Order: sequence, then structure tokens, then C-alpha cells
Amino acid sequence: MIPRREHFRHEADIGVRGLGPSREAAFEQAALALTAALTDPAGVAPLSRVDIACSAPDDALLFCDWLNALIYEMATRHMLFARFEVAIADGRLAAAAWGEPVDVRRHHPAVEIKGATYTELDVRPLPHGGWLAQCVVDV
Amino acid sequence: MQLSAFEQRSEFEWVAPPRGRMRVPVVIYASRDLMQAMDAKVLEQAANVAALPGIVQAAYVMPDAHWGYGFPIGGVAAFDPDEGVVSAGGVGFDISCGVRTLHTGLRREDIGGVQARLADTLFARIPAGVGSTGALRLSAAEMDAMLAGGARWAVERGYGGEADLTRIEEHGCMRGADPKAVSEQARRRQRDEMGTLGSGNHYLEVQHVAEIHDDAVAAAYGIAAGDVVVSIHCGSRGLGHQIGTEFLKEMAIAAREHGIELPDRELACAPPGSPLGRRYLGAMRAAINCALANRQILTHLTREAFREVLPQARLPLLYDVSHNTCKEETHEVDGRRRRLFVHRKGATRAFGPGHPELPAEFRAAGQPVLIGGSMGTGSYILAGLASGMERAFGSACHGAGRAMSRHEATRRWQGRAVVDELAARGILVRSPSLRGVAEEAPLAYKDVTAVVDAADAAGLARKVARLEPLVCVKG
Repeated sequence: MIPRREHFRHEADIGVRGLGPSREAAFEQAALALTAALTDPAGVAPLSRVDIACSAPDDALLFCDWLNALIYEMATRHMLFARFEVAIADGRLAAAAWGEPVDVRRHHPAVEIKGATYTELDVRPLPHGGWLAQCVVDV
Repeated sequence: MQLSAFEQRSEFEWVAPPRGRMRVPVVIYASRDLMQAMDAKVLEQAANVAALPGIVQAAYVMPDAHWGYGFPIGGVAAFDPDEGVVSAGGVGFDISCGVRTLHTGLRREDIGGVQARLADTLFARIPAGVGSTGALRLSAAEMDAMLAGGARWAVERGYGGEADLTRIEEHGCMRGADPKAVSEQARRRQRDEMGTLGSGNHYLEVQHVAEIHDDAVAAAYGIAAGDVVVSIHCGSRGLGHQIGTEFLKEMAIAAREHGIELPDRELACAPPGSPLGRRYLGAMRAAINCALANRQILTHLTREAFREVLPQARLPLLYDVSHNTCKEETHEVDGRRRRLFVHRKGATRAFGPGHPELPAEFRAAGQPVLIGGSMGTGSYILAGLASGMERAFGSACHGAGRAMSRHEATRRWQGRAVVDELAARGILVRSPSLRGVAEEAPLAYKDVTAVVDAADAAGLARKVARLEPLVCVKG
């Protein structure tokens, strides 16, 4: 499966979805979809690396934790991220995210993301191979 | 939404009787047109709320309701203190997001010659948009004082005056806040966000009173046709978002220990008397204070901007309402007065005449209910009614409600075209993000007049005045 990201419809907020050959790839693609909710990820330079670690009792909560950790780093470092590497083992996620500081004139960021919700939350292997990870984020 | 699931109690009241795990009915206040346009997910989400333990009377849905997360946006639910729950999902991430409206003492004709300068000055002084920061940095002790004191803290630091406090819910300071329950991460997220507007549907607008619907109540509120007012819509910023995030997870994991079967994980909740429930209430109330302090600082910045452009202006506060809260209130249920934990998510408190919480000057008229519309269509001021106290625990709608997704809005409109079109209509928009403007295009929202008319006809709140924008600062 070729990794890809999507947004799916939600009336007030935005659904982010990642699809990829592995759970980790799906998490990475969903993170790209998160950035795409603000700006075109192609315009974000992967200059600085930020390490992220989180843990949760199941894949779905771990996925939300992953997105929430990114939202936290974006908010407190005033950064946007464009490249991700995720590793998952025993309910623990270790990841690196690369990005750069927000430049309002260049990135035209549309909206702050407040948090990842459990609405339409789903992490699962797909019947014909590959993984899906998705949820609605509050903006 | 299919209407066959409902019994129609009156033209504007639709009841879905309990079925499955629902403990109480769902009651939606809306016109037939609004009901038909509403997403079916609204009923699904409200029915899940109706299944939560200790819910009292009904799960209520306001006329502007739309598909939210856990609760519908525009949802109201009250819970018994012993049998019920407090829900982080029922309050949401933007805790105490709300609207405040300021008088200016100016008339519309006073703005004409300086409208563009006023727009530019407000845009320069009000930090707005993604990545914007405020000038204030709080020490740990000052952060604690802000979280405990709310708008009162801000006034004590020189942002506004005592008179502002009487015109804010809870008199500007939410009791029972526990700064110790607020994590280091939440504090860090707020470190440079005090006095910032945010983005998305948050805004600051200079508006004129276009129409008066109730002369007596308008007089009590001190507004007349042609007056200029300022409305500010924002919330508890990063601190509230982080508290929502953290407690949602903790409550979702702990639900089973509390014997709670969650119909939807997003409805994460805990008994109010449990250690987790008490900790959440302390943190959530601190976030309410953060929102009140934030709007108070933005008020100060707005007054400074006006002083620069229109020195004759005076900007006393008309009122300040909060939308996303859980508050302990007393209501009459089946002839008995009961303490309840009332969750309003995307709904406005709308207390009727005579309520002791209201400032003396508004006690006869009822609480001002400030309803934000979209950039193009305008906003409304309503008044709380005695009937609203019975119908939805003293609650009303909070805005127009989105009619389409952000993605769909950007597909249909370009930000520059929206700005130009509004400028041609005399509405000056200032925003750091044209894509943000496109996402907030006027037609991406429902008709606010239809929403307000339904709230009025349903007896939730009475229509008092319609406001039209002159200047809009969008985040």
C-alpha cells in the first residue's frame, strides 16, 4: 500500500486519516494530515528535530496521544512539522518530527488545532493489507 | 435528519423518547427547517448523552446544534451530584469559550471616517492567529493567582475596572478553581498566550446595532439602534485545550473503575465526588478563570486601540457569557429545587428575570445572551426567559452553527474574494490568514436569524437586538 493522508468530513471540525503499509506509517501519514489542516506540508521545511514519546493502553488511545503530543509541541514551540518517523512497541510510541518555526507570511496557517478527539477514532489493519489511523481534531 | 424518530410537542420542540440505553428523552428545540438540515449525528450523539448515569430530565439540543465530538455542539445536560457524572468530553477542549460585548458610547456615524484606521489599529494591538503571542509572561505564582482569580485577577493588575466584574458570569471569578489540579503542560501551553484571540471561529468585531426587537429590554441593557458596540469571541486558549486533552484520556481509562459504561469514549466522565471528578472540576474551573482573564486583557487592549483612534469613546462592559462549561447550579425539577452539574457545550447560559446570579440592573430584564453570527450576517443580543429556565435549565443557542465543513468552505470560496466582497458591503476584515477567512466565509454558517428566531419561538430566550459588523479581526 502506498502511504497517503486524507481529510474526512466533519461538520465543525476536521477529520484526519493516515493510511500506510504499517501501523507506524499510518500514524506518520495522519500526522501529515494534521499539518495539512493548517497549511500545505510541502511548504514546511524539515529543519529541526523534536523527539516525542507517549504510551497508552490501546492503539486508539495511543494514536490520540501521538497527535496530542504533536499539537502540544506545535503550540509551545510555535512550529509546524512536515516529516515524521514513528516506532511502536508494547503500547509505547517513540517518534521524531522534523519541522520549522511558523512563518505566518509564508505558511498562512489557517487554524489552531486544540486537541485530538475520540470521535470517529479508529486504528485498525485493513482487510486487503495496510493500516488505517484516524480521528476528528477540534479546531 | 429524519423527523420520524421524534414526537412533536410544539412547533419548535421535538422529543425523541428513550430507547435502548437512553435513561431520558432527547429534546431538540428547532424549527422544522433547522431540524431537516441538522446532521443525523446530532441525534445519535444526544442519545448517547441521554444514556449517561444520573442525567436529569432530558438531553437538550439547541437550534444551532451540529455534529460535535461526544456531545453535540449545542448540547445541554444536567447531572445529579450523587448518581451522575462530570464529563470532560461534555465541556470540550475550549473551556469557557465565550463572547463579551462592550458599549462604546459611539454612534455609527462616528466610525465612518476612521473605520479603516480603527480596523488597522485593532489588528495591530490584538494578537490573533496561529503562533501569535501576548506581551504578558506570568511567573508560577502569578499563574496560580490568575487561575484562582479570573477576571478579578486581571482587574487587580490594571486590566479594566471593578465595574466590569459585575457584568461577567460568576462576577468574573469562578469559585472552586484549584490551580494545583492544572498540569505543568497546561501552564506551559499558556505561557505566552495570555491576551491572545486565537484562530478559527474566534474574532473581535466592531458592530452597530441594526435593529431593536424589544425596546424595554434594550433600554435596560443600554443599547439603541445606531449604537456602536464591540464583541470579542475567544476562550481559555492553550491551557483549556490541554486540560481537556488530559482529563479526557484519564476519564476514558478510569470509566470502568467507576462502573461507567461509556456509550462513546468521547463522553469520558467521572462521578463529581470521586477524586478524579473533583480534580477535573478544580482544573476546569481554573480554565474558566483563564478564559475570563484572557477576555479581560483583550478588553483592555481594545480600549487602548479605541483611545488611540476615537479618544471620546468609553467602553464599559455590557456582559460576558461562557459557552463550554460545567457549572453547579440550582434548578427546579418536578417541583423540587435540586443542585445539578449543568454541562453546556456550545450553548449559552440564559438565566431568566429575577435570578439572583444576575446584576441588579438586569434582574428584571433577564440575562443578556450574546449570540455570535458570521462575519457577513451579523449577531444578536437576546434576553433569558423564565420559560427557558424550565425548558433547558436556563440555556440557549450560542451562534449560527456551521452549515458545512472547513474543507468544503475552502473549496467554494477564496479568502481574498471574501475580504473584498465584505469590504464592498462596508465590513472591513483583518486577518493573518486568507485561508482562515475562507474557512469562516459567511455562507459556511447557518442563517443566524433562523437560529435565533427558533430560540425565541421555543421560549429559550427573547430576541432583543440585531448587530451588524463594521470591522472584523479574525485569528
